[in-house]
Amino acid sequence: MAPSHLRPGFGYRRSADQDAPAPVRHPVVVVGAGPTGLSMAIDLALHRVPVVLLDDDNTVSPGSRAVCYAKRTLEVWDRLGVGEAVVARGVGWRNGWVHHRKQLVYEFDLLTEAGHKMPAFTNLQQYLLEEALVARAHEMAGIDLRWRNRVIGLTVAADHVALVVDTPEGPYELQCEWLVAADGAKSFARRQLGLEFVGQTIRDRFLICDVATDADFPNLRQFWFDPPFHRERSVLMHRQADNLWRIDLQLGWYADPAAEQVPERVAMRLRRILGEEANFRVESAEVYTFQCRRLERFVHGRVLFAGDAAHQVSPFGARGANSGVQDADNLGWKLRLVLAGLAPAALLESYNRERVAAADENLRRAEQAAEFIAPRSPMARALRDAALHLAGRFSFARDFVNSGRLSQPTVYAGSPLTTPDHPADRFGGGVLPGAPCMDALVERSGEADWLLRHLGFCFTALVFDATPPSGQVERLAALPVPVRTVVVRVGTAEPAEEACLADTAGLARDRYDAQPGTTYLIRPDQHVAARWRRFDLTAIAAAMARATGSAEAA
Amino acid sequence: MKLDTTPRLADPDAIFTALAHAYCHLDDAQARAFDARLILLLTNHVGDDDVLREAIAIASDGLVPRDRAGDLDAVP
Ligand SMILES: Cc1cc2nc3c(=O)[nH]c(=O)nc-3n(C[C@H](O)[C@H](O)[C@H](O)COP(=O)(O)OP(=O)(O)OC[C@H]3O[C@@H](n4cnc5c(N)ncnc54)[C@H](O)[C@@H]3O)c2cc1C
Repeated sequence: MAPSHLRPGFGYRRSADQDAPAPVRHPVVVVGAGPTGLSMAIDLALHRVPVVLLDDDNTVSPGSRAVCYAKRTLEVWDRLGVGEAVVARGVGWRNGWVHHRKQLVYEFDLLTEAGHKMPAFTNLQQYLLEEALVARAHEMAGIDLRWRNRVIGLTVAADHVALVVDTPEGPYELQCEWLVAADGAKSFARRQLGLEFVGQTIRDRFLICDVATDADFPNLRQFWFDPPFHRERSVLMHRQADNLWRIDLQLGWYADPAAEQVPERVAMRLRRILGEEANFRVESAEVYTFQCRRLERFVHGRVLFAGDAAHQVSPFGARGANSGVQDADNLGWKLRLVLAGLAPAALLESYNRERVAAADENLRRAEQAAEFIAPRSPMARALRDAALHLAGRFSFARDFVNSGRLSQPTVYAGSPLTTPDHPADRFGGGVLPGAPCMDALVERSGEADWLLRHLGFCFTALVFDATPPSGQVERLAALPVPVRTVVVRVGTAEPAEEACLADTAGLARDRYDAQPGTTYLIRPDQHVAARWRRFDLTAIAAAMARATGSAEAA
Repeated sequence: MKLDTTPRLADPDAIFTALAHAYCHLDDAQARAFDARLILLLTNHVGDDDVLREAIAIASDGLVPRDRAGDLDAVP
């Protein structure tokens, strides 16, 4: 069996700010180097916004936490330059088994569509994920990552936020124009501002174990409802990297957390699942109660909340880290435009709107899963069991079976930044306004390439099978917030058109419901701001004003 | 209202009796399982969210105060 993983220790280093005669003011300080804060810092640095990232610890996440990352999150990380590392370190999976009592009710295959750079899911223990993100952050000159820097004081002024930061060498003061509070579920920033979470605690307890074993279990997501080895409750088993398995056991609300964490009792429960002969080592075992709640607002003046500091969901459906990273993805470019004076501070209000809507969607999904896994009345339980019973024979009933729907990105359809389709344009599908772009395998100068690599960081006009009238590409590039133009030729691009992407197989055309002239305006976070059937400079400029918060919604 | 509440069955007596007979040999737990299966089968057959929500509302009528219908915190 592989030896236990040793968490790296990142050193504390004295910062010049600690010796400054007066508090130094930075454009952005991010508090918390978890998945959210690390992604935030990397994104800002890539937007050329220098960022100070503070973390009270000197290592990565302890214990057993996030495992499963969805495609959209992997795509964000790919834009940030760590997607490939995360996928390479993690384990892919696509099949799942759902059991009820003694029976395998059905198997599913996520049947992932070809022609996407990133897989549908990757599993990786959170500390290894964070190691990859830290390695990326450490190599970026724009990130000043300060370990063992704990924020212990926070006051908000009209034009800045003042912090007191404690270190092994004592406290110092620091200021920033904008503070991103990514300091997790127990957020100091939240408590300091006196903000309350709204929502509920799920009245259930789960024993979450990470188990190392050499035993050859199939690489599947397995979920058991009411199995013989754990009667009346559920069990989830999922693979992580390095032959580590995540096993979640539902214990019910009245379980005694202290008694359930006693190693002998944990081992007894695991032997029932893994078999009496199985050779295993328990890396961690903790009893959790899960929350489904959020802050009423994520933007409080100059303090912007992201990740678990802003919202918490139960892990059924893997939404915590995934949504925190998508918060960062949403916020990075907006902060950059506001700091550069290219957008009004009101643009940040759209972060609140869009990510509160996303949090509500995640909360609703997580509550639905909790309801199915732990029905609240005898008849709800009967309905649940009926769905499981019928699922063996009928596919419609499988759609009712909810052991945690896997995280899907939110479509910012109702956002003030999004321009809805014009009915005359008659889109029959494709990527909806507000949705994240879909990847597609394309070619560039005869070499295989990915569409998503050409989108993001700045606004992009993605034009299918048409050449914008002369001079218009330049005019888009000269807008206050510049728009870059990317042309996709369906079929093969002429050899002369070096700047074009060739959609040889028509994949991009199909995914974007494109006709010759179809133009998408794409935000720096790869979400669609607007789309039309033809390239129209005036329409693009209007949609740009809207997408950058400079125009009221028409 | 989208839910069709006009008489639609050719032989309502026969279907009503068939439903009643289905419970003949069932104990309470089995009857509950039967109810649940039947509800899910018919729910999918109906296949229309609005119709189903209307039916849920009408079926709840008079059983719980209107403002508590579907209120999860009301569940013991
Ligand atoms: C059992 C379990 C399973 C999960 N499974 C999944 C999953 O499969 N997929 C998924 O997406 N999510 C999952 N999650 C959720 C996921 O772990 C969290 O949502 C995620 O860690 C949130 O990231 P974050 O960066 O917002 O916060 P955190 O990871 O909590 O990071 C906050 C950071 O802030 C630092 N900090 C706190 N206070 C201060 C301070 N005052 N000064 C300086 N630094 C400070 C902390 O040290 C920490 O490093 C799971 C969670 C649990 C418990």
